[in-house]
Amino acid sequence: MSEIQLEIDGKEVSAAEGMTILEAAQHVGLYIPTLCHHEKLEPYGGCRVCIVEVEERGWKKLVVSCVYPVQNDIIVRTRSEKVDRIRKTIIELLMAHAPDSPQLVEMAKEYGAVRDRFEKDPSFCIHCGLCVRYCAEVAKKNAIGFVDRGINKEISFIPEIAAKECNDCKECFPLCPTSYLQACYVLTQGLAFPSPSVEPTSEE
Amino acid sequence: MENDRIDQIIDKHHGEASSLLQILLDIQSENSWLPKEALGRVSQKLDVPLTRIQHIATFYKAFSLVPKGRHEVHICMGTACHVRGATRILDTVEEATGLKPGETDLDLKFSLETVNCLGCCALGPVINVDGKVHGKMSPVKTAEALKTYE
Ligand code: SF4
Ligand code: FES
Ligand code: FES
Repeated sequence: MSEIQLEIDGKEVSAAEGMTILEAAQHVGLYIPTLCHHEKLEPYGGCRVCIVEVEERGWKKLVVSCVYPVQNDIIVRTRSEKVDRIRKTIIELLMAHAPDSPQLVEMAKEYGAVRDRFEKDPSFCIHCGLCVRYCAEVAKKNAIGFVDRGINKEISFIPEIAAKECNDCKECFPLCPTSYLQACYVLTQGLAFPSPSVEPTSEE
Repeated sequence: MENDRIDQIIDKHHGEASSLLQILLDIQSENSWLPKEALGRVSQKLDVPLTRIQHIATFYKAFSLVPKGRHEVHICMGTACHVRGATRILDTVEEATGLKPGETDLDLKFSLETVNCLGCCALGPVINVDGKVHGKMSPVKTAEALKTYE
């Protein structure tokens, strides 16, 4: 694998081909805020807070650093007037859904985001996909997935699988930035888990 | 829907996970909706997680996860039909069937949906029942047409 040379926040950085900007930055101890990124999971690019500015041969553009591969001779700025402004808006949009998420509250302080800028749509889930992806990629249980699309997209447990697997796992719970996952689990447990007497035994 | 029939459909597509969408479409068109058991069967046979299948089945409007009526009524609400009185046609159908768009009656006779342009604007207002297009509809004609379905 060839080495790639780039500049991040004024620092010369070398990275392996195929790395993302986020990985290259983390590698040399530079911080980029993230929400949906998890080192054990495939890059996803769902929350957009890791947005950075990339300058390539004089052209500037905004990219999502957790999915954007490193390139030779690009100049990356993890903070600039523009990046900060856009990141602030992204945080504000996410806060319309989950105003009390600890991570969001923390980021809001840093970027001066106003919690109530946008009308509240308390869906709580911000579609980071951490629970869904962790369950599929790491736990390999596929007990939870997304349903529907766009503004109606939601997480949904498969009750039969969840009833069997989740109680002993719950590894995704601490990943959720909003606690909606726990709430959804409790609701599913209360409303949809198969009662023990009629639980199908042939399923595997 | 019988498991055997589902297996036949899956075999027709060589049991390949990449044909998932086509398999679901086949089941949908034959059965008019996707029962949970059918999705479970597909998941098992193709070795695709049920969560994935559920995501796809809820993503596309072509799929229904609830039973559909024997007759599927689609009312065009597109611009051309709208200006020619689609709202009144919809009112008529709602009145006659007691359904709102997206609903199916308990006897499973009609399912009602609205669509946005069926592509034959010159015939507006248009309704489509079980694939058959009825053009230049009036409330009276619509009520008459519905009576012909059992
Ligand atoms: S429930 Fe939580 S972890 Fe799962 S997608 Fe929503 S915000 Fe992310
Ligand atoms: S961390 Fe990059 S989009 Fe969420
Ligand atoms: S608007 Fe109804 S067919 Fe085009």
